[in-house]
Amino acid sequence: MREKELEKLKDYKYGFSTDIETIKAPKGLNEEIIKFISNIKKEPDWMLDWRLKAFNRLKVLKEPNWQKPKYPKIDYQDIYYYSAPKNVSEKPKNLEDLDPKILETYNKLGIPLQEQKRLNGIAVDAVFDSVSVATTFKDKLTEKGIIFCSISEAIQKHPDLIKKYLGTVIPITDHFFATLNSAVFTDGSFVYVPPNTRCPMELSTYFRINASDTGQFERTLIIADKGSYVSYLEGCTAPMRDENQLHAANVELIALDDAEIKYSTVQNWYPGDKDGKGGIYNFVTKRGLCKGKNSKISWTQVETGSAITWKYPSCILKGDNSVGEFYSIAITNNHQKADTGTKMIHLGKNTKSKIISKGISAGFSDMTYRGLVDISNKAHNSNNYTQCDSLLMGNKCGAHTVPYIKNKNLDSNIAHEATTSKISEEQLHYCQQRGLNTEEAVGLIVNGFCKEVLQQLPMEFAVEAQKLVGISLEGSVG
Amino acid sequence: MENQLKNDFEKIVKTSGFSKKDIDIKKNYLNKFIKKGFPNRKLENWKFSDINQIIKKNIGDLDFYNDYSFTNKIDSSIFVNGLEHNKIVFINGRIEKIEFNYEDDDKIEILDEVEFKDKHDFENSLIDLNNAFTNKHYKIVVKENYSLKKPLIIYHSTNENLQLKNINLRLDFLLKKNSCLKLIDISDDISKKNFINTIYNFELNQDSILKNYKIDHKINSNIKYSFNNIEQDINSVSETFILSSGSSFIKNEINCNLNGKYASAFINGIFSLNEKRHHEIRTSVNHLIDNTKSYQLIKSVLENDSKSVYQGKIFVNSDAQKTDGYQLSKAILLSENAEFNAKPELEIYADDVKCSHGSASGSLNQESIFYLMSRGLNYKKAKELLVNGFLLDVIEKITDLEVRNLVKNLIGVKE
Repeated sequence: MREKELEKLKDYKYGFSTDIETIKAPKGLNEEIIKFISNIKKEPDWMLDWRLKAFNRLKVLKEPNWQKPKYPKIDYQDIYYYSAPKNVSEKPKNLEDLDPKILETYNKLGIPLQEQKRLNGIAVDAVFDSVSVATTFKDKLTEKGIIFCSISEAIQKHPDLIKKYLGTVIPITDHFFATLNSAVFTDGSFVYVPPNTRCPMELSTYFRINASDTGQFERTLIIADKGSYVSYLEGCTAPMRDENQLHAANVELIALDDAEIKYSTVQNWYPGDKDGKGGIYNFVTKRGLCKGKNSKISWTQVETGSAITWKYPSCILKGDNSVGEFYSIAITNNHQKADTGTKMIHLGKNTKSKIISKGISAGFSDMTYRGLVDISNKAHNSNNYTQCDSLLMGNKCGAHTVPYIKNKNLDSNIAHEATTSKISEEQLHYCQQRGLNTEEAVGLIVNGFCKEVLQQLPMEFAVEAQKLVGISLEGSVG
Repeated sequence: MENQLKNDFEKIVKTSGFSKKDIDIKKNYLNKFIKKGFPNRKLENWKFSDINQIIKKNIGDLDFYNDYSFTNKIDSSIFVNGLEHNKIVFINGRIEKIEFNYEDDDKIEILDEVEFKDKHDFENSLIDLNNAFTNKHYKIVVKENYSLKKPLIIYHSTNENLQLKNINLRLDFLLKKNSCLKLIDISDDISKKNFINTIYNFELNQDSILKNYKIDHKINSNIKYSFNNIEQDINSVSETFILSSGSSFIKNEINCNLNGKYASAFINGIFSLNEKRHHEIRTSVNHLIDNTKSYQLIKSVLENDSKSVYQGKIFVNSDAQKTDGYQLSKAILLSENAEFNAKPELEIYADDVKCSHGSASGSLNQESIFYLMSRGLNYKKAKELLVNGFLLDVIEKITDLEVRNLVKNLIGVKE
């Protein structure tokens, strides 16, 4: 039995689950549940009203079905919308109060929360199932005036900021999954960087789904005030379970004048087993608004996990001279499916955007890049450059490119190119001749293929991501 | 609209000599169309050009019944001079003349009792409409090892008698083994505000060659839809060129299935638009077997409030190893209000393939203009020269010399 488990773990090393007591709301989606969540989080009335408004909207919305990867119908009444480790229902004041089992979990994941052990100085907010369990390096950040806490805490302590910005980029009337999130979101991170401040360290959130039958609905809101800079990292894992779990998060970024936000994701949710059983449905809405002049938002993502990934981190370039960037690596193996890409909506003058997307599909998987570049007729002198490359391994998988290009402006340029190919025999031969075995050679070539994107990641993450790329493709050659 | 459709259909049934079986088939298509109606922007394929709205806005209520009992006088001034050719003349949707004067009699066969047989269900309500309302359905067969000596020109002309009508044309072509057909479509419209729906089916047997040049140049206010379905067998070649410029709206759709090894398909097109014209080309090339090849090049020059759309899809089946697919679309916007939309799409299930697409749009290169102006050209001349060069690229892809010159003259491009 034990051996069998170990065997399983080889494929997905984050597949263990932690045995702790949890508090759960009853299954189902209704007003009572929303009130329950709002109540347990001690939210003010306006927040509950906001949630209920979203819930009312949700009743009339239909689940979209235009995406390429189809999935069996989700029964929204059969999901736990709230699950929390029992003894953190009151958030611990310091790490000593935290359940040692949770600490151990995060250590296993390679995210030691004990600050003294940190060498590389990354502030971490850890979200376990539905709640944020620990936020590190708080003092140092407070010194600079930077607010980095869970969103529940922010709702209580910084209601002005939340009222002003929450839902301004992803309104509660948006599409089905975004609205669902607005109604039932349980936790997430909140970041506010005051004017002319450069955040001294990387901020990071680790998401972990532990309980079964649970949906994770977190909400992240990042505000970079005038002239500030922040780099934010996000990582996700989940234990291996046979059923599919839904993850529908909303991420909103707002950059004011001269501000810059860099958002990096290494997504490694459980992808399901070799036959496509189980795995996470990762239906995430991520949207950034370059609200002020000269602002910049940059998305970097490495997508290796999830049974189905369906997300389009987007930039709305509203301020003049604003810049949007999107760098993505998406790897699908076995029966994984991904439909991902970006939207760049140019509204301000002299706006620029760049999209680099690398897709790799192997096994029986299916990968789609879907993107939109829209230059409105007021966005004079704007530029976009898009490059999407796909790499196919074997003829049981698919790689698709579906860009939408809309140019309504005379002085703006859009350039798009896409290629699809396989690893060439010559390259493989060259590497093998120099003593690498096939898998090493493929790993090397794939890393070279992804290099442009990997370079965008912060150092610590880049190393992890590079390893992840190798692991995800293990066994796909030969 | 439903009553109008049903009444008009009854009229057609009464006046035409269709067999009972045909009527049933047609009725079936009519019901399909009534159910779906004109395509709208909710359909992915029609996202950029909502034909339902366009018809409503520009035409209003359509009349689907045409009285084909009179013959129309052929105005010979529409014929192309200086180019010997065979003719098929459509006037207001009625075939007035079929003339193969330059060819051997026994090499070309014209069948007019053709069964409706759609190989694929395209889920396209305009095809259903066409099937329900076409009055005559011809099939032109080119016999084995025969190559037409002169091109065949199909004139699609309308006169002032036609208004607020929907006309549906359909022609099938069969190119037998090792045959060759050069086909030029020229539209010449005097009528206003009609919806013209043309469907061609091509079947290319082994080693055959089809060259189809579609020229829509004369300015008119009709709304048009044209659909070409091309089925290609081993080693066959199809070349399609589209000059899209005159009608107030036209959508050209080319669906090409490469069923046989070594088959290749080339599709090139030019949008040269001004005023409020809104044109679209949609190509879908399906590589269904190994060692096939396709190439698409589409260029747009857009002035005033015009809008062009290019949707191009390359599909590669998992058996279609060694596919070579390339697609490029480029646009120059010359005015504040011009708009270019593109959706180049790749759907690939085989790994040993070389597929790529590119799309670029923008204004004229200021440096190039400066270069030309510093050499003594005025702004207008410099602009013309650059546009000229931009379009020449596509025109040079036309393999037939006579047609190449014809197109050059039509749009005033010089070498």
